[in-house]
Amino acid sequence: MNTDDLITLLANGDARPPAIPTRRILALLAVGILVSFALMALLLGVRNNLLQVFALPAFWMKFLFVLALACIGWRLTARLSLPGRRSAAIAALLAAPLAIIWSIAALSLLQADPLERGELFWGSTWRVCPFLIAGLSLPIFIAVLRAMRELAPTRLRLAGATAGLTAGATAAAVYCLHCPEMAAPFVGFWYVLGMLIPTAVGALIGPRVLRW
Amino acid sequence: MDKADNRNRVDDVETRLRALLLQGMAGDDAAYRQFLQATAAHLRAFLRRRLSGWPDEVEDLVQESLLAIHNQRATYDADAPLTAWMVAIAKYKLIDWLRRHARQGALNDPLDDENELFSTADGDARDARRDLRKLLELLPEQQRAAIFHTKVDGWSVKETAAALKMSEASVKVAVHRGLKALAAKLRKE
Repeated sequence: MNTDDLITLLANGDARPPAIPTRRILALLAVGILVSFALMALLLGVRNNLLQVFALPAFWMKFLFVLALACIGWRLTARLSLPGRRSAAIAALLAAPLAIIWSIAALSLLQADPLERGELFWGSTWRVCPFLIAGLSLPIFIAVLRAMRELAPTRLRLAGATAGLTAGATAAAVYCLHCPEMAAPFVGFWYVLGMLIPTAVGALIGPRVLRW
Repeated sequence: MDKADNRNRVDDVETRLRALLLQGMAGDDAAYRQFLQATAAHLRAFLRRRLSGWPDEVEDLVQESLLAIHNQRATYDADAPLTAWMVAIAKYKLIDWLRRHARQGALNDPLDDENELFSTADGDARDARRDLRKLLELLPEQQRAAIFHTKVDGWSVKETAAALKMSEASVKVAVHRGLKALAAKLRKE
């Protein structure tokens, strides 16, 4: 078939495009987040002193940190799901919450008694924290990748990594309701590590699973 | 040519193509056809520069990019630059094609002089190596029928729906899914 015939084929009939399945995409993402939340509540359990924890500034520092990363991640995901949209300026915003949490972490380590510094960094759950965040991110990760497949990402490695980071940061926000740790050095390292696991997986599989 | 001149020319193309696409997506088939024709010419120039070693493959990729642009037209946001959207799709399809062919080892084939001499890419020949019509025939029956009736036989969506005993919405969905399945077949070739 020559190109003029293809053009005739494409132009005949109705050129009005079918709408982007926004509802389907939002439903997918909602299910992903709900499943992650259910996994946290059923397998790990919500902290029983949650109301007291809500009164602590340290909790809000941790929660706002992951929430900021998640919000930037979602904006970036939306941009990278469509062809030709600029994303560098939004990606640069990711540096802000990281710079803030690392500054707070550095200050708290400097001010702490040298004997307590280890506790601030290692906490009591460092062995499981990154893996729990990565595990909770899985349903969200799958939902984001499936949603992206409804659209047209053109930089697949970057889009996959962003999907992973967004899922990781959102899962970290869910995990906050369980996690007993609140020290900035802990959050700034182990939480970030937990988010980087799905990010790396996304960069790895993006070119294969997001092709269209 | 002056840089400012070139800038203006690019702006003119952007304005014209964008107007045609938006009219087309509002239901003006003639405008949409003009949009695709102009886009095909731009794609051909764009891809020919980047595939100078494989002149015979240019038209295949023009068709693949055109189909991608058509299939994804809903993802064009009227507030964003159209050129950036189209270039992103064309580049994506180019990179995808290069990866595919690198895997198959096709890019290692030495292009001898004979190939160069009988290359069809010069002049305005627009025949691709691969025949999309044959691939269309391979689609599932319902999608194939919906595409052929609405796009080749010139039937309206309503007539097609009546003939295939489907709703009009399902006919549109079948056409859309069929063209996406066609793009998937191109990828797997």
